Amino acid sequence: MAQSEGDDFLLSGEATGGGDSEEEIEVTAAEVLVQLEDAWLNEKFAPELLENKADLVECMLDQIKEMAKNLKKVKKGDVVASLHKLEIDRIRYVLSSYTRTRIEKIEKHVVHVLEQEAAREESEPSRLSPEELQYAKEYADNMEGLFKSLALQHMPANMQNIDRKKAVPRPNMDKYVFMKVLENQEQVMIDPEEDPIDLESGAQHIMRYSAIAPLLSNGSVSLL
Amino acid sequence: MDGTLPPYNEDLVRQVLEEMKILFEQNQKEVALTVDGETGLFSGVHLRHASLERNKRCLLSYIYNRMLRIKGLRWEFGTVLPEDIKYNLCEQEIQWFTKYNKSLATYMRTVGLDLTQDMKPPKSLYIEVRCLEDYGEFETEDGTVVLLKKNSQHFLPRSHCEHLIRQGILEHIL
Repeated sequence: MAQSEGDDFLLSGEATGGGDSEEEIEVTAAEVLVQLEDAWLNEKFAPELLENKADLVECMLDQIKEMAKNLKKVKKGDVVASLHKLEIDRIRYVLSSYTRTRIEKIEKHVVHVLEQEAAREESEPSRLSPEELQYAKEYADNMEGLFKSLALQHMPANMQNIDRKKAVPRPNMDKYVFMKVLENQEQVMIDPEEDPIDLESGAQHIMRYSAIAPLLSNGSVSLL
Repeated sequence: MDGTLPPYNEDLVRQVLEEMKILFEQNQKEVALTVDGETGLFSGVHLRHASLERNKRCLLSYIYNRMLRIKGLRWEFGTVLPEDIKYNLCEQEIQWFTKYNKSLATYMRTVGLDLTQDMKPPKSLYIEVRCLEDYGEFETEDGTVVLLKKNSQHFLPRSHCEHLIRQGILEHIL
């Protein structure tokens, strides 16, 4: 999404992002938008649920509310105003689509996601925001309730449980993804049977997701 | 997703569950006999156990896939299902649907976004729509009231008509 010059007028507010670090880094709204768009694309193309960026969503949501308020002051029928309105619509689409993609993934792999969350070390950041965790739990309970009331409770005693190892849908970590290298990487193991390779910044590859998942989470590559 | 759902096949589900019960009881009997020293019953027990597992798997898949379709209906029609579809759901499925609605609504409220809106990337602010049935008066965000009559055409803000389009009241004219 290209930023037109006029956006400075509405997107000029200083926003704070990166809420998990001690000292808050000052970033502009335009930068937050870029980060959000990256997070959105990564989430869209990665087979598994990525770390949540709830702070970006929240920040951007405040921004567009602010923009909408500023717009009220502008004369009706102004061309500039309608362009800004379209920009707000676009940002809202990115926000919705990002959140929706995450919800879809959480629903699809709900048991897996909750297992991951339970196995997480105290020091590790959670992939789920508190709201998402709440949602995942409710969804899993609700689904189990449906299975139980319709079928499981009418089955013989030794069949009433679901074998999680066999019956749970999990993300396909071996899916091939398109990716772009953002920072030079040396000696990356792609395949245990082949030599490690160097990844040069700016290069684009198509690769198995599992091999580059750690690089994605530390921001060295992005998905396309 | 075509917005339809066949009726819940309660009869068949019951038959499968009954079959499971018979298989299970037979297995119990034969296991008890084996413990008492009888031989040669093992393969039968194994076979029946495999059928039990299969029946269970099929039943759960059936329920799960229906659940996914019902979930799709939520995104398509909103919180109120059309009567003819609702008729095809069994009671537990309706309960599930109600709970799903509640969870989703809670989540959307805490995040502050209506996720069932903005399903497609916006191309323009206003779109041309044709009204497919008499709807009555419709108020847009800036307070203008439009009368939506059957076969009338309007030029409306896209963000306001998305729901009406999905409900089949308006049609987007390309």
